[in-house]
Amino acid sequence: MIEGARWRRWVFFHIPLTLFIVGLLFPFYWMIVTSVRPDNELYRPWNAANYTPFWTLRPTLQHVTDLLTETLFSTWMMNTMLIATVSTVISLICGLFAGYALSRLKFPFAGSIGTGIFITYLVPQTLLFIPLADIIRNFHLGDSPWALILTYPTFLIPFCTWLMMGYFKSIPKELEECARIDGAPRWKAMAYIIFPIAIPGILSAGIFAFTLSWNEFIYALVFLSSPEQKTVPVGVTSELVRGDVFYWGELMAGALLGSIPVAFVYSFFVEHYVSGITGSVKG
Amino acid sequence: MATFEAVTPRAYAGTPPRGPITRLLEDERWLASVLLMPTIVLLGLFIAYPFVKGVLLAVTDTKVGIPGSFVGFANFEKLWHDDIFRVAVYNTFLYTFVTTIFKLVLGLWLALLLNRHFHGKAFVRAFILLPFIIPTVLSTFAWKWMFDPTFSVINWLLFHLGLITGRINWLGDPDLAIISVMVVNVWRGVPFYAISLLAGLQTISPELHEAAAIDGARAWQRFRHVTWPLLLPVTMVVVLFSVIQTFADFQLVYVLTGGGPANHTHLFATYAYQIGVGTGLLSEGAAVSLAIFPVLLLVVIIQLVYIRRVETV
Repeated sequence: MIEGARWRRWVFFHIPLTLFIVGLLFPFYWMIVTSVRPDNELYRPWNAANYTPFWTLRPTLQHVTDLLTETLFSTWMMNTMLIATVSTVISLICGLFAGYALSRLKFPFAGSIGTGIFITYLVPQTLLFIPLADIIRNFHLGDSPWALILTYPTFLIPFCTWLMMGYFKSIPKELEECARIDGAPRWKAMAYIIFPIAIPGILSAGIFAFTLSWNEFIYALVFLSSPEQKTVPVGVTSELVRGDVFYWGELMAGALLGSIPVAFVYSFFVEHYVSGITGSVKG
Repeated sequence: MATFEAVTPRAYAGTPPRGPITRLLEDERWLASVLLMPTIVLLGLFIAYPFVKGVLLAVTDTKVGIPGSFVGFANFEKLWHDDIFRVAVYNTFLYTFVTTIFKLVLGLWLALLLNRHFHGKAFVRAFILLPFIIPTVLSTFAWKWMFDPTFSVINWLLFHLGLITGRINWLGDPDLAIISVMVVNVWRGVPFYAISLLAGLQTISPELHEAAAIDGARAWQRFRHVTWPLLLPVTMVVVLFSVIQTFADFQLVYVLTGGGPANHTHLFATYAYQIGVGTGLLSEGAAVSLAIFPVLLLVVIIQLVYIRRVETV
């Protein structure tokens, strides 16, 4: 594929790709370095003579231990884990069912229900957070994990449905028909023949949904108020910044540790995640 | 016993007795309504209902704890004369337009680079997606720290490259602040564009390129006349998705500038938050976030028309 002289290869391929990689990953490197940097080095102006941006000679775990012992960080981690897991499971079940119905069954208004779900896929959270906060209050769900467990599926279900519809369309109808001829009831053919084949699709949808709910910010910011109920993104934002004082060491340690669960899940299922992304735009 | 069972005529063994529910679910319409029920309930309660409620809120003068009365379009009229809202409208359009162009160009470039064969390709692809999967708020804090005027590594770098002589206050100057927010948005969005477009590129048969090359097409012509037309459908969907997300963005501005300095970097969502949640003027906040709706509607219509056209072709 790469043609021409060696210099062309460098100019058109190696250099740009390296710049992309460095640019995209540098903030994470910066996060890591900052979280192990001792405070006296951290608050040294950039134009000081002994400013060493890219490394530290005396790495410390002080910020991490402070974060884990003096803040509610571990509680936020548990909250986020619970909320992300439960809302992902709910969304997967709903999306699996709805995706099957919309791609395999004939029923009145199928087209308009499909369009309706697709439209909700495009609704951003920022459009509805104010009236939704009011509704959450009226339902007495405010400041509890349920406020998020029940609202996160609103942006996860449409995505899961969309992805599963695409997946079901790729499974031949004959498989189901064989089971039906052998006397299986319709729902059993669905649950025992089609759903197991769809497991790779379910995995993609699930990983994508998990990272999306771990990432969610505005609902968690508006619906939760007491520090011990918060999720990682909101807790880090509101509790590690006091007035104008930023605890940068703890902030970066929190950002790093708070990213680990998603990065961990992602690292095991890169391929599924990628097919989730591409499925999300292709359908 | 075994012989007895084998010779006794019985009902066909493959058909176990069916209960009333199983019989009901044999009907496609019943099965479909059972399967769709949870989805419709959740989306109805937490999307359709809040939407109606948001519209109703926007035409009253409700504040937190105080039920309001009907005021018609007074909230929208007030916004029309609100200077901060005008700045937010301008910012939102500018922000969406500029970042979308950069994300598309850089994302396409990165996708084309990744579409070649080289060692460690899977590894590189996995790593460049990190900005997209790491929780936005958390990575944005790393950027905020990098933009800090006193401790900025960016200032250090530019100074040592000889590009600046003094310090640059990235988030303190109104124009620089919006540019900084755009930089972070592009940084976060490029991997998504690149990976989606890469998937599109991989569906294009290499034979088409070979045929064009044999016919004497140069690299740029091959891209312009072979790759680009075939990639257009995927590009279109990616751009529309990204436009909605960018237009309704909240997190980056909230963390980096909080709408400041002096309300110069607000977007619709952050201004709605400041009014509706910060100040407690629920109905005015709801009116601000409803301002996202016309653009959303436009994108949805384009999307639906476009997808229908692609499906019917």
